[in-house]
Amino acid sequence: MSESSPTQEQAAAPEPAKEKERLFGLLDLDARFDLTRFRLIRALLKSRWMPLALILFNTFMFMIILVATLLGGFSAGNYNFGIMLVWILWWVLLMFVLVPVFARAWCLMCPFPIFSDWFQRRRLINIGEEPKKPWGLNRRWPKWLKNMWLMNVLFLVTTFFSGFLTVRPFATFVLLGSVILAAFIVGLVYEKRSFCLYLCPVSGFQGLYSQFAAAEIRRKDDAICKAHKKKTCFIGNEQGHGCPWLLMPFKFEKNTYCGMCLECFKTCPHDNMAFNLRPFGADLLVDTKLESKGLDEAWKAFIMLGIAVVFYLGFQGPWGFMKDMIRGTTLPGFLSYIAFHTVFCLAVIPGVFLAFCWLSKLASGNREVPLKKVFTGFAYTLIPLGLGVWVAFSFGIILPNGSYLLHIASDPFSWGWNLFGTANFPWTPVLTGYLPHLQGIAMLLFYLFSVDYGTKLARRIYPEPAQAKRGFVPILAALTAVTFLFLWLYMG
Amino acid sequence: MNRAVLQVLLAGVAAVALGAAPPAGEEHFFEVRARKFEYEPHVLRVNRGDRVRIRLLSEDVAHGLYVDGYDLNVVANPGEDGSLTFTADRTGRFIFRCSVTCGEFHPYMIGHLKVEPNTPFFTYAALLLVLGAGILAITAVRRRREA
Ligand code: SF4
Ligand code: SF4
Ligand SMILES: [Cu+2]
Repeated sequence: MSESSPTQEQAAAPEPAKEKERLFGLLDLDARFDLTRFRLIRALLKSRWMPLALILFNTFMFMIILVATLLGGFSAGNYNFGIMLVWILWWVLLMFVLVPVFARAWCLMCPFPIFSDWFQRRRLINIGEEPKKPWGLNRRWPKWLKNMWLMNVLFLVTTFFSGFLTVRPFATFVLLGSVILAAFIVGLVYEKRSFCLYLCPVSGFQGLYSQFAAAEIRRKDDAICKAHKKKTCFIGNEQGHGCPWLLMPFKFEKNTYCGMCLECFKTCPHDNMAFNLRPFGADLLVDTKLESKGLDEAWKAFIMLGIAVVFYLGFQGPWGFMKDMIRGTTLPGFLSYIAFHTVFCLAVIPGVFLAFCWLSKLASGNREVPLKKVFTGFAYTLIPLGLGVWVAFSFGIILPNGSYLLHIASDPFSWGWNLFGTANFPWTPVLTGYLPHLQGIAMLLFYLFSVDYGTKLARRIYPEPAQAKRGFVPILAALTAVTFLFLWLYMG
Repeated sequence: MNRAVLQVLLAGVAAVALGAAPPAGEEHFFEVRARKFEYEPHVLRVNRGDRVRIRLLSEDVAHGLYVDGYDLNVVANPGEDGSLTFTADRTGRFIFRCSVTCGEFHPYMIGHLKVEPNTPFFTYAALLLVLGAGILAITAVRRRREA
């Protein structure tokens, strides 16, 4: 990695933002490895077939999934192609690699908005001589909804039905069908990827957690962008569309709303866009005027933690009465589950966290810093930990159930096919004896990330280093307590 | 604070030591009733080295019981019990899960076998507290150096 000056350790830091920061005191947080230095990758990123080829492949896959979930109807889902592909393979891939390593890599290849894109752009592949005027009403998304709140609510509401979605093929059919339909309808009215930015139920957590990811798309050289007056990455040109996610590729600092659609690689005439590998978590420190830390993202982090607890209790725990509530055997039971789930995610977790933030402020001895700033800032420490919780949770999905994938791959429609000769492969749990260990390791690893970024965030929240250190102690306690809680749930 | 940390650490070390102690070797018999989608009792507690006998009864449709980590499986049909006998020689909390597709919530039909002392849990919890205490110590030392 890049060399450091020997004096920087001793240098007093009145301006903490300028001090060179290192992940775990080792890895320079500004270190980047640009993949476009490889000619093949550069050519790939600039090709109009990327990511379209992947999107077309996934469109095909999701067509099969839709058919399979429709045919599967109300049968038990563990032998259904759609259920298994979506909730075992896709979900686990999202949580294991796509989001934590590659940010919005799923959005790069997502088929859901393909019809909307196609309609608005009036073409699927080439741009042609002149960019055409887009079809559709092309409205601006209302300003007060330009945040994560709507997605927070929609995602939470979706999880109310997870006791149906993950087990009843038809429920998954309805969910996927409505997402695809909604993407199209919203595309008729609102400009570009408004749906992806502010509505898609799987967009919020991808955006939030991709701040942790080890990959990013960014401009290479600010000076080149400044000199290039006609911002073709934003308005588009004959090579590609202006940023469909309404970002300013020449300016943005944070992964959250970059859909990795690769258009800016095509529209930049100076090849000034980079696909970087970087230290995990680099975006957690970003707090600019344009991309400020906000309560919407804080709540997303709380909700993701809350859902993990509730899902654990309901799905991976041994309590039958909770399963009956979640799968709606009685209406009062189902409603109490919804009520508990909602209050827990939206109020209890934030409330407890607020208490720790209040203690943090008290411990810091700084009376001027607004509590809201402490609360919002430290909420971002829950991002690595939240990811760890989900990685651990996903081990509990894939290890016992992964073997179903072999069955459904050979007989996707339950028509007695045996495409790959694995249709009769028996249910085989894999390494489930080590499940607690894998979960424990995941929790501790991500705990360390949270703590490390916590110390860095503390220095941004409190002006004096001594205050930052004192103020961090209650947050350290909170992070340790959360980690302990999940260790206890997963293995205690 | 530090005393508490130390105590928990000691408890962790003691747990590890106990885990290595000679097994007690009692015999436990459990009658586990399976129905959609739960086991009753759903938590089976034994000590390391105990002989475990499980009689699995089904109250509705066919269910199974597969024990993670021990790789054991037994099936019960209504009116036709299954039985399983083994020595609990691995400590920790293990999930046992239904192994016969019995309905839509079948993949979530789960119980816990707790073989005490729960060494894995104590180990990870102790590690967590060591890490936390270590970070606290580093912070304190750095503060003194800077002051
Ligand atoms: S935001 Fe949703 S619909 Fe849009 S690309 Fe991402 S996953 Fe697909
Ligand atoms: S900055 Fe915009 S155009 Fe570039 S990859 Fe991200 S979403 Fe696409
Ligand atoms: Cu069963």
